[in-house]
Amino acid sequence: MSTATTAEPREQAAAAPPAPRLTPAVAVRHGGLLAWRSLLKIKRNPEEILGLTFMPLMFVALFVFVFGQAMMGDWQAYRDFIIPGIAAQSVIFATIGTGVALNTDIEKGIFDRFRSLPIARSAPLVGAILGDLVRYGLTVIAVLVVAALIGYRPEGGVLGVVAAGAVVMLFAFALCWLSAFMGLLLRTPMAVNIFGSVWMFPLTFGASTFVDPDDMPSWMGAFAKVNPVTHVTDTMRGLMEGGPVAVPLMWTLVWVAVLIGVFFPLATRAYKRRA
Amino acid sequence: MTDAIRAEGLVKRFKGTTALDGVDLVARAGAVLGVLGPNGSGKTTTVRILATLLTPDGGHATVGGHDVVRAPHEVRRTIGLTGQYAAVDQDLTGTQNLVLIARLLGHSRAGARARAAELLARFSLSDAADRPAKTYSGGMRRRLDLAASLVGRPTLLYLDEPTTGLDPHSRNELWDVVRGLVDDGVTVLLTTQYLEEADQLADDIVVLDHGKVISRGTPDELKARAGAQVLQVQPLHAGELERVGGIVEQVTGSEVRTGERTASASVTDPSVMPEVVRRLDDAGISVSELNLRKPSLDEVFLALTGRPAEDTTGGADGAAPAERTHA
Repeated sequence: MSTATTAEPREQAAAAPPAPRLTPAVAVRHGGLLAWRSLLKIKRNPEEILGLTFMPLMFVALFVFVFGQAMMGDWQAYRDFIIPGIAAQSVIFATIGTGVALNTDIEKGIFDRFRSLPIARSAPLVGAILGDLVRYGLTVIAVLVVAALIGYRPEGGVLGVVAAGAVVMLFAFALCWLSAFMGLLLRTPMAVNIFGSVWMFPLTFGASTFVDPDDMPSWMGAFAKVNPVTHVTDTMRGLMEGGPVAVPLMWTLVWVAVLIGVFFPLATRAYKRRA
Repeated sequence: MTDAIRAEGLVKRFKGTTALDGVDLVARAGAVLGVLGPNGSGKTTTVRILATLLTPDGGHATVGGHDVVRAPHEVRRTIGLTGQYAAVDQDLTGTQNLVLIARLLGHSRAGARARAAELLARFSLSDAADRPAKTYSGGMRRRLDLAASLVGRPTLLYLDEPTTGLDPHSRNELWDVVRGLVDDGVTVLLTTQYLEEADQLADDIVVLDHGKVISRGTPDELKARAGAQVLQVQPLHAGELERVGGIVEQVTGSEVRTGERTASASVTDPSVMPEVVRRLDDAGISVSELNLRKPSLDEVFLALTGRPAEDTTGGADGAAPAERTHA
């Protein structure tokens, strides 16, 4: 609020009065305003949401109807097995968008504008990520709506689904700092997209998303069992379909802590340095 | 009055190349300082340091009395920055772009809308206020960008190649806007690779080349520094241009440049003028224009660096990626 009191140009000419302290409350407000910007962009580009939801929809349709029968002898059973996994996978893929959007803002010079304003340094980064959480939420909802349309009725009920959604959003929030870090490190939005996609595939397929790790060759199964995507998927499966929740949830939280602990400082530092 | 900008010995290195090699400059409050130079001469790096976007590797600078490294937040409160390409959000409308910045600067919702409307009106963008910026023409986007940099009522405005990629009409419009700002008392630091632009707008000029200041002064001082005056003759009939060139060369003894319709040559002694007139008269050549003038900044740059400025830019059009993607 305090910057509104800025004096008229001429009086301020030589030495401006000391800038107001940037309190955490001010920083949060700035972050919120820039999140508002991200949301306006979603509204302006409905095709982006379409793009974001199209792949999950294809995955639901193809995996359920192409592989379902062969995998479990019953496409409905396979549907129930993979819906939590596809929801997780879709959101994880969507996190690439965070890095791409940041990189685009830098390339277009929009970040220079924000960085030249007397606002909290972290605001553009925080704002972008808060805005993206909304996109992730929309992605999860799209998957669940399609799943419901083809007869998916989760055992865990509404509460279970909401809890599972919360878990995957938390994980996405952690993962998007990695994406942000890449977005700040790499040269072009295209590079961020390619680099992001490359390791997203092994991460989301080499997990319990579509197949039980016990049915994989031992080395693959070993990778799948430590893969955070497996922990997230298993937690969601437990919440939506019944099954153990405590252990996968604990591992998920550990991963969330690790991802944030490592990539939040790295992204923040890269953001401050990015010229 | 305090100088708006004082920079001493700025040095900036990027992976093996020295972008700035000890740049000193001073911008007087209320004046326009033109930083002139071809691409890669260090103009943008200078602006980015003075706008707190880059930290210098050597030297120091104060903006409005505040050190750019030690008190960046205070510096940011004084400045407005308009980048080399339009740094507005293409997906947002003109109003939304300005409201966002006004809100970030602490305006209330209503106050932000009022400030946005005021700026849009000032830059003749009211009719396009509710259209996404990506539908704007290059000139409109540049004006919106400028409006965005003025939301916080800066006393010092950085214009980094504000007219690169603009058509002549939009360029003239933008020049008028800049003159208006100066009339309001805003100090302007303008970088440009257009010599005419610096000549039109700047009170003082610093010429950069390879990260060094190679010359500085008022536009007139720079022109005087190139030494000679230029004698320019345009014959009534273009067919006589060659003969005119011959006469000018004989009299002045210096190399003659012939354009489409004129012949010109540097002269050190203005008294050659009557001699040229006499010789042309003897030869029976009618002249539609004959003058002795100070050299243009193009000629100054040639004299200072030994090469023409425009040839080294590598194309002014290439410098605007934003324009390219949203033509």
